[in-house]
Amino acid sequence: MSFLIDSSIMITSQILFFGFGWLFFMRQLFKDYEIRQYVVQVIFSVTFAFSCTMFELIIFEILGVLNSSSRYFHWKMNLCVILLILVFMVPFYIGYFIVSNIRLLHKQRLLFSCLLWLTFMYFFWKLGDPFPILSPKHGILSIEQLISRVGVIGVTLMALLSGFGAVNCPYTYMSYFLRNVTDTDILALERRLLQTMDMIISKKKRMAMARRTMFQKGEVHNKPSGFWGMIKSVTTSASGSENLTLIQQEVDALEELSRQLFLETADLYATKRIEYSKTFKGKYFNFLGYFFSIYCVWKIFMATINIVFDRVGKTDPVTRGIEITVNYLGIQFDVKFWSQHISFILVGIIIVTSIRGLLITLTKFFYAISSSKSSNVIVLLLAQIMGMYFVSSVLLIRMSMPLEYRTIITEVLGELQFNFYHRWFDVIFLVSALSSILFLYLAHKQAPEKQMAP
Amino acid sequence: MASLDRVKVLVLGDSGVGKSSLVHLLCQNQVLGNPSWTVGCSVDVRVHDYKEGTPEEKTYYIELWDVGGSVGSASSVKSTRAVFYNSVNGIIFVHDLTNKKSSQNLRRWSLEALNRDLVPTGVLVTNGDYDQEQFADNQIPLLVIGTKLDQIHETKRHEVLTRTAFLAEDFNPEEINLVIEKRYFLREGNQIPGFPDRKRFGAGTLKSLHYD
Repeated sequence: MSFLIDSSIMITSQILFFGFGWLFFMRQLFKDYEIRQYVVQVIFSVTFAFSCTMFELIIFEILGVLNSSSRYFHWKMNLCVILLILVFMVPFYIGYFIVSNIRLLHKQRLLFSCLLWLTFMYFFWKLGDPFPILSPKHGILSIEQLISRVGVIGVTLMALLSGFGAVNCPYTYMSYFLRNVTDTDILALERRLLQTMDMIISKKKRMAMARRTMFQKGEVHNKPSGFWGMIKSVTTSASGSENLTLIQQEVDALEELSRQLFLETADLYATKRIEYSKTFKGKYFNFLGYFFSIYCVWKIFMATINIVFDRVGKTDPVTRGIEITVNYLGIQFDVKFWSQHISFILVGIIIVTSIRGLLITLTKFFYAISSSKSSNVIVLLLAQIMGMYFVSSVLLIRMSMPLEYRTIITEVLGELQFNFYHRWFDVIFLVSALSSILFLYLAHKQAPEKQMAP
Repeated sequence: MASLDRVKVLVLGDSGVGKSSLVHLLCQNQVLGNPSWTVGCSVDVRVHDYKEGTPEEKTYYIELWDVGGSVGSASSVKSTRAVFYNSVNGIIFVHDLTNKKSSQNLRRWSLEALNRDLVPTGVLVTNGDYDQEQFADNQIPLLVIGTKLDQIHETKRHEVLTRTAFLAEDFNPEEINLVIEKRYFLREGNQIPGFPDRKRFGAGTLKSLHYD
């Protein structure tokens, strides 16, 4: 009886998440496109729903809601479904839509998408070989095999994103708050932009007029071909076409310059907007900026220490914090009660911020690279990334929870080498942070140089 | 050359509808082989003989300013784009016939472009509502073009064309500012395709664009 109640609660929440994913897809991601293939929307919403359900189960675990056996059952079921989606359905549909875009293979779409899927499975399997993630006593098609590989990909993604974000965040805040942008700066840039456009226009006018006179005189546009053509071109100068290519090169350079100026002006506008909110909102962002910058630097520092000293955290922050307060500050309170609530809040915050951050990043990414042709493929890729990201978040969140709550994750996910994942995360995080530092430094160095050139 | 008058025409529309291809086709009489994203604004020039064959013939340079980006861009990008909207003689709105949303976004594009002159402080203030009254005193001629007709299956074409006919009515039915709908094929070789002309418009300094 209680199992039925629990199941109905779970299913209701899953439907809610599904609806949310559907709305997000329609309103945010596909705002400017017409949805023609509803399959894509369904797959995206389903992936989102099952990923969120996993987090919901963690929260239920901490709060002690629902029957323990029904929780375990739902965990297992959820995990199976998510793995099915991530490993079988989404890659197959990605292959299908890619093949549909190519005209030649249109007739045998199914065949080629199956082939693509088999290639994907092959590489996916090979992925597990260099990593010490499994004991060999597991069968081929067990959950552990699949999860370990999905976990590797997901953790790599997470670490890359976090590393870049950890470096980018203080950089943008500092560059926005240390720069002083005035109206005259922006006006000067705009004037330069318009001047460049005028120069482009005057050159194009010359080209158009030259082409017109050439056309009217009956000259041939293409370069003269053949033996006699070559001799002729040596003696008589086809001045028209030579001039044109010269002017065309100048125009290309000017167009590149106009693009740069446009981007710089947009950048200045963005900076000005943030600075001019010196009101409460501005101070709030200022404070947030400093706080996050310090937090990011601390994270990088901790990652380095973890790797250098070969240390993997044994206890989670909540228990450590409580230990510290109890032992050193002498404050006595009910450890069990408080640890449950605090870890609930902490884990909840982590989950919400990571979901929100991921959705925002996905949306930005989608706007940047999608076109009406490839939008389906890109959305499916994003759904795949989102699913893998959430699965590996579950893996890593285990470390932030007190021991008694870790058991269900350990039970369900089987004998994975969790320590390996943390170490791998730290390594990739550090690598990503260092390369973003390098990348941003190079980009920053190039920008002032370009401003010097006329 | 300086004596030829300047005519500035904006080409607006969502990303990927075919503005750069359209401009290239009009100016170079060739189909654009490898279209790529337009960052900022790209300009091209077409030489046009106004009232050809009559004694009042005059040659104009028509500048087609192809502004890139989408309607939902950040306000910093919109403010930067606004610098291109000054002293415009005409606007061409381009939408994609295979994508319903691009024609819905045309209203927002028109708000962005036409409100530019009303707010001298340089800050775009639009609440997003569409108001037909705003177009009542608009002197700038508008042209709406739908692209990619060849990519729509034969059977669906009629439905798509009737939908877009309503779109044209929303802009300006006054006689000073007329709106024409023209459709053409994007991929058919190098020849300039034929245009089914509905009306001819003329206002201000921008004279009739007449294609053979």
